Amino acid sequence: MTDLTPVLSATWDAEQSWKLGTYENAGGYGALKKALGLAPADIVQAVKDSGLRGRGGAGFPTGMKWGFLPPDDGKPRYLVVNADESEPGTCKDIPTMLSAPHVLVEGVAITSYAIGCNHAFIYVRGEVVHVYRRLLQAVREAYEAGHLGKDIHGSGYDLDVTVHAGAGAYICGEETALLDSLEGRRGQPRLKPPFPAVEGLYARPTVVNNVESISSVPAIIDKGVEWFTSMGTERSKGMGLFSLSGHIERPGQYEAPLGITLRELIDMAGGMRGGKQLKFWTPGGSSTPLFTDEHLDTPLDYESVGAAGSMLGTRALQIFDETTCVVRAVSRWTEFYKHESCGKCTPCREGTFWLDQILERLEHGHGTEADIQQLLDTCDSILGRSFCALGDGATSSITSSVTLFREEYEQHVTEGRCPFDRAESALFDYETSEATEEAHA
Amino acid sequence: MTYDADALAQLESDAAEIIARYPVKRSALLPLLHLVQSVDGYVSPDGIAFCARQVELTSAEVSAVATFYTQYKRRPNGEYQVGVCTNTLCAIMGGDEIWRQVSEHCGVGHDETTADGKITLERLECNAACDYAPVMMVNWEFFDNMTPDRALRVVDDILEGRDVKPTRGPAKVASFKEVSRVLAGFEDGRADEDQGIGEPTVVGLTIAREQGWEASK
Ligand SMILES: Cc1cc2nc3c(=O)[nH]c(=O)nc-3n(C[C@H](O)[C@H](O)[C@H](O)COP(=O)(O)O)c2cc1C
Ligand code: SF4
Ligand code: FES
Repeated sequence: MTDLTPVLSATWDAEQSWKLGTYENAGGYGALKKALGLAPADIVQAVKDSGLRGRGGAGFPTGMKWGFLPPDDGKPRYLVVNADESEPGTCKDIPTMLSAPHVLVEGVAITSYAIGCNHAFIYVRGEVVHVYRRLLQAVREAYEAGHLGKDIHGSGYDLDVTVHAGAGAYICGEETALLDSLEGRRGQPRLKPPFPAVEGLYARPTVVNNVESISSVPAIIDKGVEWFTSMGTERSKGMGLFSLSGHIERPGQYEAPLGITLRELIDMAGGMRGGKQLKFWTPGGSSTPLFTDEHLDTPLDYESVGAAGSMLGTRALQIFDETTCVVRAVSRWTEFYKHESCGKCTPCREGTFWLDQILERLEHGHGTEADIQQLLDTCDSILGRSFCALGDGATSSITSSVTLFREEYEQHVTEGRCPFDRAESALFDYETSEATEEAHA
Repeated sequence: MTYDADALAQLESDAAEIIARYPVKRSALLPLLHLVQSVDGYVSPDGIAFCARQVELTSAEVSAVATFYTQYKRRPNGEYQVGVCTNTLCAIMGGDEIWRQVSEHCGVGHDETTADGKITLERLECNAACDYAPVMMVNWEFFDNMTPDRALRVVDDILEGRDVKPTRGPAKVASFKEVSRVLAGFEDGRADEDQGIGEPTVVGLTIAREQGWEASK
């Protein structure tokens, strides 16, 4: 049995947990003071040694990313925090910033000092206004307390932080699209290389990191590398927020060492809703291939999930029981990718359009056997041929669901309708009517 | 330009404050667009011209940016933006049915506004609140764990002119214009308002406390 390890979430139930005073009473900003007494290179080394890997989806080693910045040339370099959290199923950064914005602000200050940045940005999605209020206040409080601004705690180090609200576009979570958006442009991905570390914001060296990655830094500095590496598995160190949603008794945030299993988490969450059977789940958001009950004991770390054919992604565990139509689930995700495709490259722009049309037909029983093959062929022409990872992600749930549940797709074709009653999946009672079925179509 | 002198002076001083936050002027464009929405209730032609002058772009360039983002509205928006999440997780947990009932009740569809200008309805993509599914957002505040009845009550309160209160957020939902001003980066003094912590947010922490678990010191 794996124990939960609240670190980032440890103060979330405190009175006014979002206030500077609450955070400082729990030891907050102690790590910043300690960091300011260290050489920047030693902080980078500590984060390298901790094995911390990016918590925004791809799992790239954080310290190594910082190490890619070219040597200081006396001109600006930037830290940009990716707080766009929009991958379907992902809901960890929002509660972090709502309940404990200062852990992020402290992480920003330490990271900026480590990489030699004097102006950092937090790019938060625009559709969460109370989160934005809390961040604006936290940054102002930190300035007033001397944790940000000029000559921080007498160190001679200066840092400004700007909290920036986006305006609704999933693609702005992709790091280079985010940078274009932050420069006041349409949020479309850039060609890589050059990577942001070399030419990022305003074509200057830039580190882009996820909220949770940056928020993990203060604890590493405060409690040490060994403390951090005592949690997790061989190559997936530390703790992470596992966000459980869907057909379980107690959905929510579970902060645990990497390597915990879904079986353990569902157990803690009081089991499946109404004792029903688990049917499928996403280990890391809608862009990661589906798992089933066969994967209940797969350690949720980067390597094990990858070896089992999916990705740890953002640890967004969306859990669906036997009442759920997989074709409906996949069709809706696909509609999302079609809607969010930025249109820059043809495979994704055209491909997601066709995938959506075909899935819509199949879901409502108007599809053919050939449509199922057409889905797979279309996925083939998107995967690996798109300009950014959005296109690849759009294919994950489709190809994995056809592999795992082909009979269910076929059943929609042979019966000429969806064999499931939507009302059974809902959390409340209602009568299914023709109107419900067609409201979407 | 149709802003009167006072409105224009206010806009210009706000714009200067926004631009000062960035090393490069153009970065101010997204918050400036939120700012003009806070005055006009949408990104109006005047608003576009205003932004263009502030960041030294053409109106066409500003329009090209504005149309990329779903939060910028091209028509006068309702006083309340009511969004029902119909991405997969919420849809399956009941979001589709909530959407159907809310849309039927308001008599408008996606991206349409009620005749009285109160509500603009929207089918939302995942709003990062899946652990509270099914979710509704009103002017970008969280209305968690919705049922059709609860959702319709919120909608009726809005239509009948009563304040509505989110489940995680401030004491009441501010108007679309007011919220747009916050998104432009101007604090409204409501950050400390709170509805108490939501259970899903602290479920893991609560279990850890009950079990005496903590990350080693
Ligand atoms: C379509 C798309 C959306 C993304 N959305 C996010 C996001 O919302 N938040 C995030 O941190 N990373 C997101 N990413 C990953 C970022 O590109 C980038 O890898 C990440 O911010 C790096 O931070 P990390 O190394 O700390 O994880 C997204 C990637 C893609 C392709
Ligand atoms: S893969 Fe999709 S989102 Fe990415 S650049 Fe191409 S069109 Fe845009
Ligand atoms: S799917 Fe509705 S909030 Fe995530």
